[in-house]
This record gives sequence, C-alpha cells and structure tokens, in this order.
Amino acid sequence: MKTSVNRRSFLKATALAGGGVLFNISWLSATPVKNQSNGQQEFIEFNAFIKITPDNVIQIMSPNPEGGQGVKTSMPMIVADELDADWAQVLVKQADLDTEHFTRQFIGGSQAIRQGWKVLRTAGAVVREMLKTAAAKKWNVAVSELSTSKGVITHKKTGKTSTYGELAALAASIPVPENVSLKSVDEFTIIGTSVKNVEGKNIVTGKPLFGIDTYKEGMRIAMIIHPPAFGMKLKSFEGAAVKKMKGIIDVFKIKIFNDDYERTFFDTLTFNEVVAIVGENTWAVMKAKKAVKVEWEPFESYSFKRDAFGRKSVVTVPSGLESTKVSQEKMEKLASSPAEVKRKDGDIQAAFSTATKTVESSYFAPFLAHNCMEPMNFFAHVTDEKVEMVGPLQKPELTELALSARLGVPVEKIDFKMTRLGGGYGRRSYAHWAIEAALISQKVNAPVKLVYTREDDMTAGIYRSTYFTKYRAALDENNELTAFHLNTGGNPESPLYENRFPAGAIDNYLAEDWEIPSNITTGSFRAPRSNFHAAAEQAFLDEVAEAAGKDPIEFRLDLLKKAKEKPVGTNNDYEPERLAGVLKLVKEKSNWEELKKNGNPGVSAYFCHNTYAAIVIDTVLEKGELVIKNVVSAIDCGIVVNPDGAKNLAEGGIVDAIGNALFGELTFDKGIPQKSNFDKYRMIRMNEAPKNIEVHFVKNNIDPTGMGEPTFPPVFGALANSLYKTTGKRFYKQPFMDQIG
Amino acid sequence: MAKFNLKVNGETRRVDVEDDTPVLWVLRDQLNMPGTKFGCGMAQCGACTIHLNGVAVRSCVLPVSSVGAQEITTIEGLSENGEHPVQKAWLEHDVAQCGYCQSGQIMSASSLLYTNPKPSDEEIEAHMSGNICRCGTYLRIKEAVKSASKSL
Repeated sequence: MKTSVNRRSFLKATALAGGGVLFNISWLSATPVKNQSNGQQEFIEFNAFIKITPDNVIQIMSPNPEGGQGVKTSMPMIVADELDADWAQVLVKQADLDTEHFTRQFIGGSQAIRQGWKVLRTAGAVVREMLKTAAAKKWNVAVSELSTSKGVITHKKTGKTSTYGELAALAASIPVPENVSLKSVDEFTIIGTSVKNVEGKNIVTGKPLFGIDTYKEGMRIAMIIHPPAFGMKLKSFEGAAVKKMKGIIDVFKIKIFNDDYERTFFDTLTFNEVVAIVGENTWAVMKAKKAVKVEWEPFESYSFKRDAFGRKSVVTVPSGLESTKVSQEKMEKLASSPAEVKRKDGDIQAAFSTATKTVESSYFAPFLAHNCMEPMNFFAHVTDEKVEMVGPLQKPELTELALSARLGVPVEKIDFKMTRLGGGYGRRSYAHWAIEAALISQKVNAPVKLVYTREDDMTAGIYRSTYFTKYRAALDENNELTAFHLNTGGNPESPLYENRFPAGAIDNYLAEDWEIPSNITTGSFRAPRSNFHAAAEQAFLDEVAEAAGKDPIEFRLDLLKKAKEKPVGTNNDYEPERLAGVLKLVKEKSNWEELKKNGNPGVSAYFCHNTYAAIVIDTVLEKGELVIKNVVSAIDCGIVVNPDGAKNLAEGGIVDAIGNALFGELTFDKGIPQKSNFDKYRMIRMNEAPKNIEVHFVKNNIDPTGMGEPTFPPVFGALANSLYKTTGKRFYKQPFMDQIG
Repeated sequence: MAKFNLKVNGETRRVDVEDDTPVLWVLRDQLNMPGTKFGCGMAQCGACTIHLNGVAVRSCVLPVSSVGAQEITTIEGLSENGEHPVQKAWLEHDVAQCGYCQSGQIMSASSLLYTNPKPSDEEIEAHMSGNICRCGTYLRIKEAVKSASKSL
C-alpha cells in the first residue's frame, strides 16, 4: 500500500466518513531535543510521535486521552509496527494537548483507532524509511537491499547491521520522504499480538496517574455546592461564618459561562452558578461544604446561543421541577401520536390492514448516571502569564476553547496536560468542572484542585436521557415481516437511528420521533442513543420472530439476506453481510441449537460505531436468584490491533451493560435526583456479573474500528430475551431486576 | 488539631490533623500517597480500601483517631515494585481498564488471601462484592485472585 506524504504536513485534510474530521499532522524538523534525555542520552526527534535515543530507546507519543479503552497501548503499537521497532524498547508517553501537531485528541465515538489508523501507520513508516535511507547512505548500498526488524536494519549481502539508535542522528537529517510504503497485513509483527497495558505496573502499585492524584506545591482544595434540584438556581448564600472555619480560605460564587457565550456541543452544564469553597485540605472543605447556608429558587425559562459543529441555534431551557412519573406519562402519550417522520418506505398502513398477525410492544429506559469511579475533578493554576490545567477530560481541545472564551485568554497561553481518566463513558466530554477549577484558581490566586464529592458528581446532571419506543410489526400469512413501525423519543433526546437494521430489509417501514424539552441535562453515555435503540429493537425483534414461529437468529439472517439482495431504500447504514457474519459466528460459538434445548439463550446483534457485535446470553434462576451463566459474543471490528486488550474491553462492555440493564436508574421527584451515592444507586458487583464471557472476533483484513462502545448496546436485548426464556415474562422496562422472580 | 503517630507501610509518620479526619484524606492530602482512591466517601465502593493489621477496611470512613498503633498498609506499601503475588497476578491477567478502582480491588483481594489462601469462587465473589468497577473487569479480577491463590 502506497501512501503519499506532504513534506510539511502529511495527511492534510483527509475527510472521513461519519465525522468529517481532518487530519493535519505537521512535521517537526528533525533536531535533537534538549533537556529531554533518557538517562545519559538525548532523544532525537523525528516527528510528533517518534523520538529515538542513540542507544535505541524509542519513545512513542500516545496522542489521545486514556480512559481505560487501551489507546495508550494500542495507538503506539500501530506506530511501532510500521516503524518495525522492538516493542520491548518502546517507551510510551502521553502527549499533552497539542493542536499544532495532533488532531482529534479526543475520547469519543470509539473512533481513536479507526481515525488514527492511517496517521499512526504513516508516522511509523516515514521514520523507518528515513532510517533505511540513512543506512543506505552510510553503507553506500541500495535502500531496496535493506531490511528492518525489531529496531535493527540489516544489509543481507554484506551482513552489516545497525540499530535505529545508531542511525538516528544521520536519519534525522534526511528529508521526509514524499511517499512511503505501508505494510501489508501479513507483514504486521506487533499489530494483532496481545500487548499488555503500558500502565499496568503503575496501576497495580498505586502511582499517581489520575487527575485527582495531581499535587502541586501550595495547592488548595476546592469543592462546589450546586442546586439540589433541576429547575433551581442559586438565590443567596452565607459564607462569612464558614470562612472562619479552620483550614478554610474562601467561600464565593462563580458563574461558569457568560450569558452571551455561544456554547459548543460539549459545553453542556446544568448549573451555571455554584458556590465554591476553598481550603487547605479536603476534609476541612468537605466539612465546610455542609456548613454553608445556601438558598435556592426556581428559575424562569432561559435561552442560550449554541453552535453544535456549525449548526447554530438558540436553546431554550424550560423552567419547572420535573418528576419522573409525569415525564413517563408524557412519553407514553407522545409515542401513540403521529410524530416527525424520519424515514418512510412503502405504505405501512396498507400492510397493517392486510396483516395476518400484528405485534405491538413498548419499551422504556430511565435516566442513567455515568458514575465514573474517579469523581469529576480538575487542577488549575491561573496567573497573568499563563493558565496551567491538569486533569482528566475527553475533549481537551474544546474545553480549551471554552476556557479561552471565559477567561479572555488566548489558547496559546493555556496549557492542558492530560492525565489518565478514572472512567469517562461520555461524562468527561462535558468539562464544566475544568472551567470551574480555573475560575476558582483565578479568584484565590493560587493553584487549585477542584474535587467533586460522589454526591456532587451523581446529582450534577448530564445523564443518559430517558427513552420510550412503541413498536409495531405486521406479518402476512406466510409469517413474512411486511411492515415495521417505530414511534420513539426521549426526554430530552430522541434515540432514533432510522437507517439502521431492520430498515432496508422491510418493504413497508416507518420511523418517527419526538423530543420532550427538559431542564434535566443529558449527554453522551457509552454508545449514545444506540444503547437504548438496540435494547428496545433487539427485544422487539425477538417477539416478532416468536410470533412468526421462527428461530430468532434465522429470522434476522433472513431479513439480512433480503437487505443484501433486495435492499429497500438506498440509505441503509450497515453492511448486511457483516451483521450476518457476527450472527453466524455467535450461533456457532454459543452452540445455539444445543443451548436452545438445554438453556435459556437470548440473542441480539447490532451495528454501531463502525463495529458489528452479536451477543448470546444464557441465564437461569437458582433458588429464585438470577445467575448469568454465560455470555458469548462475536465481534467484527476488522483487524484486531491488540486482541487481549480488545477482549478486555468487550468483557467490560458486557458486564457494564448487564449492570445497567438490571440496576441502572435515576429518578426525579420535583427536580431532585432520588439517588446521590452508591448506597442507593446500584452498580453491578462481582457476584452479579456473568460467570463466564467468551469473546470471538471475525477474522478479516478490514481496517480496524473501535471497541469502546459497540459491545454495550446489544447486551440489553440479549439479556431481555434470555430472561424471557428464564421467567416466561417479556422485559419492557429498564431496569429489569425488580421484575425478575 | 491533634498529632498522631501513624504506622504506615512499616514507617512511623507524624501528622497533625483534626481527630475526625478519615485516614483516606490523611494519606492523600497529608502524606502525599494518592494510591488509595476516593470513590464515594461512605464505604460503598471500596476504592479507598487499605489494610489495618492486614485486614481490609474502607479508609474513607475510618477516623484517624481510631487507628492508634495499628499497622496501616496501602497499595504503595503492598509492594512498591509490584512484586506482591496479587499485583503480579493483576499484571498477568492484564486486569485494568481505567484502573481507578484497582488499588482498592488489590487491597481487598490480598486481605482475603491472607485469611483464606484458597478461596472458592463463591468466597471470592462474596469478599470482592464490596468493590465496584464500572469498567466491568470482574471476571479478570476473579481469575487474578485465583492465580495469586495458586502462587501463594
């Protein structure tokens, strides 16, 4: 595979499907970097990703934040493979936010590997080519006669060898090649092998890796107090007495965004004014927080300007104190009324009027809190000269822009260092707490670490929306699915993906949706929208298959065959063959036919975030207690960069989804979240996890796609379908646990 | 404020803090030992697990004044270089995803194995159910505990 390289910035402006994200990797001139030695020897810098010492230590920068998805291991693996480095000699380092040399330093959408694939490979291949050119020069031989392996260049004819380190200084003076060859898949030596987490040892020895571990001389600790209910705002507070408490430095109000600020897509926040408490240590601040007297009042409806990736709008936040019961009733009502049509194929009315059988079911899911194990936190030190920011966040570039606007400081003066994230799952895309930390630091004129308590974290909003979908299906006299109708929506966001399977496989199809404005804030949550869309649809398809008297896997495969051979519509957002591929693999690996006789299997398959996943779950009731005996998954994410890492992510996604399906729920009473810590918010624990999980990958040479999200959505449906076998009841309403037994 | 002489990882550490300060914050704020994590502040998630005389306790609800002469062991003291059998088993099974809860998981697991070197699956599940992992690494944790058990 040939790829061409622009001398100054390669892979510039590569438009990518799905995100429209541009690459623009500028190359640094190859000069030795001072004060960055590894032991005795200086690093020679080749490009933004690669530095090599004369004694052949290879430093590879990991551009994206690491939140447990494994990119700090897998992204450098890709660079190292094309470089033909010896992984044992690779040092991985987390890059800071550096918009000049990297793009898309994001966690989101399971896109790091997919969108980084070509950039990372080229970064490695270019340097390998430069090293080979240097060796050819030095030995006066042809480049084509040289081979590389594990950080060593060999000239077979003469038997000459040299390490990359020995050639680095010479190689760095060689012009960056215009074209480089990338390896073919069978030439990979690191990609496709299981490499252990590069931070493994630091994690098991408790090294300070996380934002909350940040410590700087003179650092103060800050916490915030936010309104207790959605729909409320700060009226007044009394901080004078608290300021006199031991260890307390200041108590004041901060306003996070200015009224005229045009918020980006990820500038969601719930409470724009909060009370800040600053002290010398955490415990003093925690105690003071309880002593501050604060008055709240309901707010009137208000509006703000928004620019969501170029889509400009004015968002109106409704007033009122919302209760879950009321919003559920509203959703049920809306799902029974005509809504905005998002896709229409054929004529569903005609198909329903001539149907032999119809199936109709409605599905519900509640708000969910992210509950990252590391509560929200950030370090900030704002001075007149610069703004130093350290902490865990998923979209540092956007946070930097928001902070620049708020402080009136150019981005050049703001420095973001990315720590490991103690979980993200979408929550850390919305970094209002980073801005809060900066405002607090500015006010007290000191370095500050802002830490949310668990209660602050769980009750600050930005949840997974609550959703409702009503499905209808029509079957003809041959039990063929002739019409499919879904009316779906959410409070406040609709979960609809109108062009996903089974769209394209059914002649008469109607998808319509609606949204209910709410002042309960929501945002990305592991596989946003898909996590419910898949849950409901995959449970409904099971009911339809049963009504048709068909095996649920064969039923899906028949539909996929039609979607491939005679697709309905042109805008179908999946490849039928790959979706069928994971279904066939999961059928084989789960011993489906046997399991149907001996167990209680539920199946599900879904495509989102560019990866295909099928799940079979087998459950049983033992003495009235639910036991999840086994989960078999089949995944098509193309080339699997780090198989054991990908397996770990799949296992985690499955356990997390089972936990959320069984227990996940946040309800509201007059705007007040009814859970604020893990005593009430039930998280899955080891004794409730599946007894076994199998992960199988489809083997192919397709460019890799992500693993952070795609295994999560299909689990909910597979679990509901297995629970139906186990209990005889259909599960329409998440969370399921209270309805079992 | 009161002065306490705490035995932490085999050393005596002198701190001057309020009586009711949880050991978690003494470790993190006063002794700059951030390996012990803050998760919930109410002994529900296990992220802050340490050993008191070898027994797993939740440091977020343990007032410093109640410790006395008991030996505190934190993740940093289990083995600085990751040589403890439980840490080694965690690396062997590449357990961690985000890794935030793993200090607490390891401290819970090592405490279990001190008192019950050959736990059954059910015993592991019962003992470890006080530690939450949102990444969902429970199966690897269980396997790692079993590996460590074999190596003891």
